[in-house]
Formats: sequence, C-alpha cells, structure tokens
Amino acid sequence: MDDACAEDKEMIREFLIESDENLSRLDQDLVALEKSPLDVDLLGSIFRTIHTIKGACGFLAFSTLEGITHQAESLLSQLRDGERNLTPELVSLILETVDATRKVLASIETSGTEGSHKFEDLIDKLRVAAEATCEIETRLVPDPPVSDAANSAKAEFQPDTNKARLRQDEQGEEEKRVAERRISDRRDEDVTQHSAAVDSNIRVGVGLLDKLMDLVGELVLTRNQILQFNTEREDPALNATSQRLNLITTELQEGVMKTRMQPIGVVWNKLPRVVRDISVGLGKQIQLHMDGAETELDRTIIEAIKDPLMHLVRNCCDHGIESPADRTRAGKPPQGVLTLRAYHEGGQVNIEVGDDGAGIDVARVKQKAIEKGLLRPEQAEKLGDREALSLIFEPGFSTAQTVTNISGRGVGMDVVKSHIEKIGGVVDLYSRLGEGATVKIRIPLTLAIIPGLVIISGGERFVIPQVSLLELIRIEGDSGGKHIEYVHGTPVYRRRGSLLPITYLNQVLGLRSSDGAEAVNMVVLQAEDRQFGLVVDGIYDTQEIVVKPLGKQLKGLTLYAGATIMGDGRVALILDVLGIGQRSGVFGELREPARVVEKQKAQSTMEQQRLLLFRSGSFDRLAVPLSLVARLEEFQQSAIEHAGGGQVVQYRDRILPLVSLQAVLEPGAPDQGAPADPVQVVVFNDGDMSVGMVVDQILDVAEEAVTVRQKSGRRGLLGSAVVGNRVTDFLDLHLVLRESKEAWSSGADEHTRGKTVLVADASAFSRGMIRGGLDMAGYSVLEAANLDDVIRKLEQHTVDVVVTALELPPDGGSALVAALRARPELAKIPILALVESVDPSRAAVAQTAGFQDCQAKFDGLLVLESVARLVSPQTVREASEECMSCAGEVR
Amino acid sequence: MTNDMTATKSSALHTSGQFSTFFVADLFFGVDVVHVQEVLRSQHMTSVPQAPDVIEGLINLRGQIVTAIDMRRRLLLPPPAGDHSASMNMVVRTADGAVSLLVDEIGDVLDMDASTYEPPPDNLAPAARDLIRGVYKLKDRLLLVLDEERTVDLAVGRAV
Repeated sequence: MDDACAEDKEMIREFLIESDENLSRLDQDLVALEKSPLDVDLLGSIFRTIHTIKGACGFLAFSTLEGITHQAESLLSQLRDGERNLTPELVSLILETVDATRKVLASIETSGTEGSHKFEDLIDKLRVAAEATCEIETRLVPDPPVSDAANSAKAEFQPDTNKARLRQDEQGEEEKRVAERRISDRRDEDVTQHSAAVDSNIRVGVGLLDKLMDLVGELVLTRNQILQFNTEREDPALNATSQRLNLITTELQEGVMKTRMQPIGVVWNKLPRVVRDISVGLGKQIQLHMDGAETELDRTIIEAIKDPLMHLVRNCCDHGIESPADRTRAGKPPQGVLTLRAYHEGGQVNIEVGDDGAGIDVARVKQKAIEKGLLRPEQAEKLGDREALSLIFEPGFSTAQTVTNISGRGVGMDVVKSHIEKIGGVVDLYSRLGEGATVKIRIPLTLAIIPGLVIISGGERFVIPQVSLLELIRIEGDSGGKHIEYVHGTPVYRRRGSLLPITYLNQVLGLRSSDGAEAVNMVVLQAEDRQFGLVVDGIYDTQEIVVKPLGKQLKGLTLYAGATIMGDGRVALILDVLGIGQRSGVFGELREPARVVEKQKAQSTMEQQRLLLFRSGSFDRLAVPLSLVARLEEFQQSAIEHAGGGQVVQYRDRILPLVSLQAVLEPGAPDQGAPADPVQVVVFNDGDMSVGMVVDQILDVAEEAVTVRQKSGRRGLLGSAVVGNRVTDFLDLHLVLRESKEAWSSGADEHTRGKTVLVADASAFSRGMIRGGLDMAGYSVLEAANLDDVIRKLEQHTVDVVVTALELPPDGGSALVAALRARPELAKIPILALVESVDPSRAAVAQTAGFQDCQAKFDGLLVLESVARLVSPQTVREASEECMSCAGEVR
Repeated sequence: MTNDMTATKSSALHTSGQFSTFFVADLFFGVDVVHVQEVLRSQHMTSVPQAPDVIEGLINLRGQIVTAIDMRRRLLLPPPAGDHSASMNMVVRTADGAVSLLVDEIGDVLDMDASTYEPPPDNLAPAARDLIRGVYKLKDRLLLVLDEERTVDLAVGRAV
C-alpha cells in the first residue's frame, strides 16, 4: 500500500517536472507562433505539448486539468489542421490556458490536489472559440490561406456546418484516442527502456550539487594546506602525491563547477512571453532579440539575476520603448527592439539589456531628483550626465510620469543594483537621448571559488580578488620617492602618462606603517569604472580561494568581501576593492573621474597630439593623428576576399575595404616576399562606413608636441616632424582615402555630400591635418593659405563653411570675418575658428569677433561636429549660442 | 535602546537546567549547555582592522570562519593585568552561526535549580544588564546567566 502510494507520488513529481519544462517551451513556441502563424511545425509542437499534458492528466485523474487541456487541444487541432487562422485573441486565450494549467500544477505540487478553482469560464471560452470556428470559416472560405490538404478536407464539411462540426469532433476524438494510445505505448517503452535513458541523463537535486560544491571547496582548502606542507619538507614521494592531488582537485573543481553551470537562456526563456504580454498591454510593438543565450553561469548567480533581469526588461518595455505613434513621429520604425546580450569577457559575464527607445532625459532625471529631495538645485547644475544617470539607482527614484502596473512604483533600479552588487557584480547605465538606453551588468562566473592575489600589509595577509586587479607596479629603491608625487598632499602616480590616485592599505586599515621600505609595491585596482593604486607591504602570489562569508558582527564593514582559509590553516580577509576605494577617499566625493580624464585628454590634445606610429614598406616611421583612427585590427590572410577589384574583409557584419599603404606610397615597388599573415590594419571610421589601411607594423602611440615641421614633396606625405626624438613622416590621409574613393563616396553622409569646406591656415601641415578628417566625412575640401587666397577661393567656388585658424595671415581670423561680412554675397557663410587651445578669453574673442564657433585645432572630432552643425544654415544662431556656452564651460 | 521585545522573549525561559560556566574578570557567567558548541584553547587569531573593538578577530574552526568576541571589552571591563592572549574560546551557537566568546577561564558544567533564580538586579551596570538574563544564587557566589544572542548582537548595549 505504502509502496504504491510512494510510486504514485514519484509519478506525480515526474509529471510536474515534465509539465513545467513543457510549459516553458510552450510559452516560447506561442510567442514565436504569433510571428509566423502558418508554421505547421510549431503548431504541431504546441499541440503535442498540450496533448501530452492532457494524456498524463487522464492517467493521474486530474479532471480539472484534463478539462482545460482537452478544450485547448480541440482548438489547437483546428489551428494545426489549418481550419482556422491564428489571431492574437486566440494566442491570448491559449496563453491563458497555459497560465491556468500552471496554477493547477502549482496547486498539485503544494497540496496534492487540483484546488477548488474549476476554471469553468476558461473552459467555456475555449469551447466557444472552438465552436465558433466553422461558422467563421464558412464565411472566410473565399480566400483561406491554408494548405491544400486542409482545404479539401474542409470542403467536405462545408455544406452542413453543424454536421461538419460533429464529424470533425468525432474525428478529433478518434485522432486523440489514437494519439493517446501511442503515448501510452511510448510510456510502456519508457519503462522497459528506462536503463537506456538513464545512461545519458539523470536528474540530480540542486541541494546535492550545492553540497558537492561545498565539499569541493573544503577539498581545495585541504589541497592548499597539503601543498604548503610539501614545500616545507623535501620528500619526493609526498611531492609526487601532492602534485597528483593538486591536479585531481583542480579537475574535480572544474567538473563540479560545470554541473552547476546553466545557460542564461534558462532565465531568458521566460522573457518572450513577458515582453509579449507587456507590449500587448501597453499597445506597443516590441521585438525581442536575444544574443548569447547559451552563455553559462553558476546557478546561484542565475538565481540571483533572475529578478533584476526581469525588472530591467519590464523597465525597457515600459519606460524605454515608446508607443508606435511616438516612434513614427521620431522617425523610427514603429516596432521597438529590445536587445539582450550575454557574453564572457575576462573571467566575467557581461549581460546587456538595451532598447532603441527614448533614452533617458538627463534634465528630467535631475528635476525628479530635486523634487524627491535627493539633490539640491545648485548641486544638480554641477552634476555631469553620467552622475545624473546614476541617480536612477538611488532608492525611491522613478522617472515614469505615471505609475503603471508594470513598473514605476519606485522600487526598481536601486533594488536591481543592490541585487547585482550583492553577488559581486557591477551595473552600468548608458543612455543616448532619443536613441535608447542600455544597462550593462558585469558579474563573476561563480561565487564560490575565485582566484585572488595574496598580499601582505602591516604583517597581516589579505586577498584581493583577481577580477579587480589590473596590474602590479614595483617602484625600486631610490626612485620610489620620485615616482609617487603629491598634489595638495594627495599621493598620485604617473602611470603611462595619466595620473593614478594612490592610497596606502596600511593607512586605510589603520595598521602600523612599514618603516621606509626601499621599494614600493603597488597593486592597481579597478572598482566600477574607477582605478586606483593601493600600496601594500608585499605581494605573495595568486591562489584559488574559497570565499566564506563573515559573521553578522562584521557585516557593516565594507572593507571586506569575506574571508578565506589559507594553506597554513589561518584565516585571511578578502578585501572589497570598492569599499577600500570609498573608505580611503581615492574616489573623491561626487566626482566623475571619467570626465576628469576626458578633460585631461582634451587638454593634452590641445597642446600635444596623440599620434599613431607605424611602418610601411620603406617608410620606417609614419604617423597619423590618433583621433582619426577608429580601431587597430589584425586579419588573417585567409579572411581577405576580393570584391569590386579591391581587397575587402568581413568585419563586424560589414564589408571593410582594404587599402594597402605600400601600394599608395610606393606604387610599383617590388613585393617584399610573402605578405604578412596576419595583416595589420588601421581602421578609419565615418559614421557607418569604414576603410582599413594595411600597414606592415603598428609601432606605438606617441603623445607629444610636434617640434620640427618640414614640408615634404613626396606623394602621400604631408611632411616630417620629430616625434620621440626620431624623424617621422606624416601621412596624407586624404590621398590614402582617395585611393578607396568608391567606398568612401558611397559611405559619405547624406548631409555632407556636396558640401564644401574651405580650410584656411598658413601651415600646410595643419591644413593637411584638418582636411584629413573632413575628407573622411565626405566633404569637398578647399585649402587657402592667407586672407587673399580665401577671398579668391570664395569667389570661384560655392563654400558652405569656412574653417580658419585664428592667426590667419596677414591680420588674423577676425580680419577674415570682417572681410566676409562686408560682402553681402559672402556674409552668410558660417565661420569656424580654430585655436591652439580653447580657453575662455580666446572663446570670448572668437565670439565677439563674429565667429559662429571655435574649436581646438587638433581635436578632429569636435571640429567635424562643429562643421556638421554649421553646414545647415538654420543652426548658425544656435551654434553661436553653443559657442557662448562652450566658453562658459571651459574653466 | 529599544530592546524590551527581545528581553521578554528570552528571559521567561531557561530558568533551570545545565549551564557551562566561565569567568570574565571576577564575574562568574553561565551559558545554557544546549547553546555551547565547544570550548577551545587559545587559537590563532586573524585580526580584522577597522572592526568594532569588541571583535578580537577570526579563527578557523575546522574550515568554518568564526568571529571571536572579547568578553571583557564586550562588558566594558578593564583589560587583564597579565598576558591577554591566553584567553579561552567558548564557542556558542547562535541564530547567525557559531561565535566564539573569549573568556578568562572555563569553569564546570553546573546543574541549576529554578528556585534559586532571580531576574537581574536593577542596579547592574548598563553594559552588563543588557546581556544578562538573570542570576542564580549559589552558596558562595552568584552565577550570571548570559544571553548569548544579545551578546553577539553588537547593536545591543553599545548605545552608551
């Protein structure tokens, strides 16, 4: 008796698990079906799923469920046989059925019974829908988009609707009976062939896997201890054994880790349904793209990100993507796209949830923050865009104008952030107004065992998680003091030209300081998007460590992420890099380091140029401004294809034309043996068009003031200058790009084509630099060396924008403005002033002198943006206002 | 401190039974044996910089990391005259896992009779009053019953 009962229970349990899997698939199938309503295979699959559940219900005597699924099945069989068309209403009805089925299943799981709700109204609705078929179909007969077989079958039934339905039902019943018999046959087979199935897959409880993982963690620790003993004693036998133990432990650890890995698709599977329901509910059209569903994560992490992900997706649907009408008005396709992406990167998993909706209005965010009292108005003014965006993660913040039942209750992004951070992850938000927003989540692959760097400070060992570690810097002996400099008492370090804030771990932790050590050991760490150097007393090595939580008494300490047990059995604390950074104050308060760096960079491009140095053919040292370079790439020779008489490669789903620099600079030069493999390519970008320049070797990126300039008579070169104490030739990018003219002219932007820009500068070198960027953007470019030259060119050509150096000979740029404004036919041409560096006084001078805009000479991107603004005449006034604001902003 | 709720919840119970006893300075304490996991000699302690001062450090208890609380500091008592490192670990089980209480000396396990029990005297120092459930009047001395849950909750009794 008991045995039979247990058997029953086991059977019900299996039924529940199987049904649950089936239903998740059903959700996806149905949403897919809505997109391709005539997919017979899909319909067949859905029918089978429902049918399987129904069959099992009959067997296990769950009558309510059987009733629901039976009616749904009738409806589905009609759909499958093409007797009627799928409508969104029908899909909703079937989804409702799926929900009802879930409810009953949940009730079976918890109470063992089907529950009191009989779902009669749903069954009725399904019946009505199924019965409605024939009448509708008769009316729709003239052009039914169904298969021939179904057509002919239906033709038989047409004369008498009622009878037809009867026969059809009978036939359906018969079919079902046959199918059921088949199913039960298969079940018998299942029993007999049970052992065969067990061979390939078994179900294992998650609890068991967790237990295994714990044990492996312990084993790793024990292994570490054994290895430590081994180094202390020199016993060959012990050595061999411990090495073996080491290997096996590592493999076991990997194996067990894998058993706990699940594809992120497990979570994503639910999303198509969610998105569909929301979009139907809100009257929006949303297409869901999922990329990288196979990316695997530890199941504990999968569990942890489930809710945050769901929330983000809801947010995108609700706040992000606009209604079809709004989208059309904004010039976008009515259907919004929601993109989910997951991929591995450097021991972490990145998950992106993005939409192409309205983006986030920073001004509104600020306003909201002020309303909610999170911010004072004067603070808001000073706040940068990125900082303002991060306000969204503050508790109690929601920008939705109206509270909907989907999101907007103000319990949102802060919870998302705290959930993600709890598992050691980081959340970033990127938004472009009018173009959409993307939330990027970075999380560790697993939480249990992580690689860490063991360091020593104040006589204690600490572990730094490897994911936060960027590099180790050791400053030797005498130079130690020199390399760490002080800005108003704050230590900083010059790391490859940019300043890295430094903090001392001894000070942060209040430990005794090491007494004037000769060398300084520094670990460069990254927390969120900020970097800092942490000076420690000593660096040991990296180790696999098992993260153990700290007791409740220490939970308030943000300095530690946990603790671990070292090889000698002692406890070591794991540092929380973010906490250390915040505690020590290296992050400053409400400051945006990224912006500071950007500003510094902008500063340096004013005084100095960043140059990409490379080698090609007989030219050992060539340079182009780095600001014009999009990317550096390597392509295998095998990837290079021929199209349209030139070489191309497939690059990021596009075709990238390749130009050999050697062929341009030294046409007819003999080939130097076999071409390099892979080839080095410098990619230049322009909107959605790119060109790859093939060079022999990328040498370096130099950042320094160009000291000596000498004009070159050689084709393809602008001139020479001394860079890094060596003579370097500057490439005439204009010429190189002309070589791939077809590609470029077709890629030129709509609004830049046919527009002419006159570049006025005394220095041919500077002209070449400026025109390079303009050429690439698709403008026709004229050059002029002085005021007379400018006037002459303007008389001969129609020019849309004049770009001039402020020091244009003979009398400066303001003389040019005066000259142009004096002539009515030229007075309307906007003029952009280029200065060595944008500072308020110069900007003010430019403003009063009547220039429409002013930019730093070698900031190619800003110059381009400015020119693009100026070519449209109606923006002139706005642009000049912009100039004002730019003058006010640069301090 | 608003701790009336927890106080009433725990003080009604455990008025008789077996107690593991220990000494902190000249105070004689007892903890219900049911809540005592084990008693250990001095262990290697990893200190936790910037932690509250009552936390002496972390010990490795067979792969489990256990926080050690210095009972003298917890009770706001002066440090001992001699070598402090000889403290004994009384590891108690709490709702939040095992916690080690560092005490001066371990005593016997004693059987207590409810008839000798009394609630803590009102004039007890605040630091101790919050942590003590009650008092057993022994022949020659008083046994203070320690509330281990409140002892390991550092929010209790620290408002002074």
